[in-house]
Amino acid sequence: MGNVPSAVKHCLSYQQLLREHLWIGDSVAGALEPAQESSRLSGLPEYVKIVEVGPRDGLQNEKIIVPTDIKIEFINQLSQTGLSVIEVTSFVSSRWVPQVAAGATEISVFGAASESFSKKNINCSIEESMGKFEEVIKSARHMNIPARGYVSCALGCPYEGSVTPQKVTEVSKRLYGMGCYEISLGDTIGVGTPGSMKRMLESVMKEIPPGAIAVHCHDTYGQALANILTALQMGINVVDSAVSGLGGCPYAKGASGNVATEDLLYMLNGLGLNTGVNLYKVMEAGDFICKAVNKTTNSKVAQASFSA
Amino acid sequence: MATVRKVQPWRLVGLASLRAVSTSSTDTFPKHVKIVEVGPRDGLQNEKNIIPTPVKVKLINMLSEAGLPVIEATSFVSPKWVPQMADHTEVLKGIQKFPGISYPVLTPNMKGFKAAVAAGAKEVSVFGAASELFTRKNINCSIEESLQQFEVVLKEAQAASISVRGYVSCVLGCPYEGKISPAKVAEVSKKLYSMGCYEISLGDTIGVGTPGIMKDMLSAVMQEVPLSALAVHCHDTYGQALANTLVALQMGVSVVDSSVAGLGGCPYAQGASGNVATEDLVYMLTGLGIHTGVNLQKLMEAGNFICQALNRKTSSKVAQASCKL
Repeated sequence: MGNVPSAVKHCLSYQQLLREHLWIGDSVAGALEPAQESSRLSGLPEYVKIVEVGPRDGLQNEKIIVPTDIKIEFINQLSQTGLSVIEVTSFVSSRWVPQVAAGATEISVFGAASESFSKKNINCSIEESMGKFEEVIKSARHMNIPARGYVSCALGCPYEGSVTPQKVTEVSKRLYGMGCYEISLGDTIGVGTPGSMKRMLESVMKEIPPGAIAVHCHDTYGQALANILTALQMGINVVDSAVSGLGGCPYAKGASGNVATEDLLYMLNGLGLNTGVNLYKVMEAGDFICKAVNKTTNSKVAQASFSA
Repeated sequence: MATVRKVQPWRLVGLASLRAVSTSSTDTFPKHVKIVEVGPRDGLQNEKNIIPTPVKVKLINMLSEAGLPVIEATSFVSPKWVPQMADHTEVLKGIQKFPGISYPVLTPNMKGFKAAVAAGAKEVSVFGAASELFTRKNINCSIEESLQQFEVVLKEAQAASISVRGYVSCVLGCPYEGKISPAKVAEVSKKLYSMGCYEISLGDTIGVGTPGIMKDMLSAVMQEVPLSALAVHCHDTYGQALANTLVALQMGVSVVDSSVAGLGGCPYAQGASGNVATEDLVYMLTGLGIHTGVNLQKLMEAGNFICQALNRKTSSKVAQASCKL
C-alpha cells in the first residue's frame, strides 16, 4: 500500500442518505428551549446539517487521553441527540485498510490551503497530498465508501498568515473533482471574520455547489458564530462543531478551538432553522464528557444553563 | 500532527493576517463604529470583588489611552444597592479626562443626577426597560413611572447642557416575562428619544437573543428612532453577542456597547458570562474593515490589568488566544 497521508479519518455517517432524502425526524428533536423564541432571517437555508466533530477533532486536542469506554458512552449519547453525522475517530496511520475492516462507513481526507501548513502537518506539499488523496478516494469509491474533503487554513495560516480565497478554491475544487461529496472549509486557527469568510466563500462557490460546502469554524478569537451566520446567509447549510467546544487550539496555548455545538444549536434554533437535533440531549452529552475529562465546558449555553 | 507554535506574549497572530485583508468591500456595513466601553460601570458593577478607587481610575485612564471614544465611568446610585460603585464621585473626579472622549455616568434619579453634575459629569445615562416585571423588580415601579422620573432628569439635563443617553433593557427577552414584543421596545425607545436622549442603547440584558429576533426588534425600533441614534448592547451569556451585533451592523447600526475583558457576569444565570468583550468586538470590526479608533494592543493591556486586579481570567477570546500562559 502506498504512502497515505496520516490525516485520514473516519466518520460515522448516520444518515448517508440524508443528502438525498427529506429529513423525517422526531418532532421532539430540535425542540426549542422553552424561553427561546425563534425568528427567521430571510435568505437562510431551511435545514442545517450539523457535523459533530467532538469525539475526534475535539478529544484529539484535549490534554487528557480519554479511556475507550468513556469515548463509546459519549458517542452513544451523541447518537441519541438526533445528530446525523458524528466524526468518530482517527486512524493516523499509513495503512487505512484496517479502518475499513473496522466498519467505517465514510472516510475523510485533510487538505490545506497553505503549503507551509501542509508540509508541517503531513510532511508533504499540497500537490503531493492531492496525489495521495486521489488514490485513497478512488479506492474508497470502489468500495462505495463516500469521502469528505477538508481544507484547513481556509481563512488564515499559523505560518503563512493570510491565505488567498483563490488558493482555497483551487484545493477545494480538486478535492471535489476527485469525488469528495462534501468539502469542509476550516478556519483552523479561528482568525477569520465575517468579511474574510464572505470573500472566501464567494470564491469557492464559483467552483463548487453550495450544497456540497461545509464550514468548520474555530472560536479561538470568538468569531465562530458570526462567521457561521455569514456562511448561512450565503446559502451554506452544513456546519461542523464540537459538543462543549471540545478541543483547544494547538497554535495558541490556552485558547479555545472548535465552536460549541450547543451554542451553534442555540443560534440555529433561534433562527427557526431545522436541524433535527435536540439541544437538551446535546447538553447532557456535553455535561457527561466534561465531567469525564474533568474540564469546564467551553459552551456558553451550557455555562448559562447549568447553575454553578 | 502539527507542532505547537510558540506564541510570543501579546503577539496577535490573528491580526497579522487581518492586516492583509482588511481592505474589503463588505455588504452595507457602516464605515465607522463608535464603541461605548461599559466595563468600568456595567462590568465592575457585576463583578463579585470590589475594586479600590485608584485601580478603577487607572483602568479608565488605560481605556482612554486605548482610544475608546466613550467610557462609562461609574454609577451615581446608592451604595446600599450597588456597593461596587460607592466611590462614584472620587472616580469621576480622579480620572484623566482626555479631549474628545466622553465619560458618561449612570444616574437613576434626580438625586444621582445632582450628585453627578456636582462631581463634574458632562453626560449621564438613564435606564428604562421594555418589561414591566423587570422594571418592578429592578427599580420598584412601573415603566410609565420610571419614564416620568427620567423626564424630570432630562429636563434638568437639557437646562444644564448635559447629554443624556437612554438604555432600554430586556429588548430581546426578559428573565421574568420571557418574550418581549418588538413593539414594546419601540414604544419605550421612542419615549426616551422624544424626551431628549441623544442615543438609545438597546440591551439584550440576559443574552437570550439570536440574529432573527435582533433583526425584528431593530426593524420595529427603526420606525420610531433614527438609525444614527441607535446602539446595541449585547450580552454574551449564550454566546450570541457577536452574531447579534453583526446583524445590527448589517442593518446600519453604528454604535456598539461592550466591556473590556468581557467584565461583568450575568446576575440572572449564575456562573454565566455577561457583556461581550470589547477585544473580541474590535477584532471582528477590524476584520470587517470598519474603523473604530481603538488600539487593540492597549485595550488588551487594560484588560489584563483589570483581570489581575480582580483576580479573574479574562472572558475575551482574543485575549486568551494572544496571551502566553
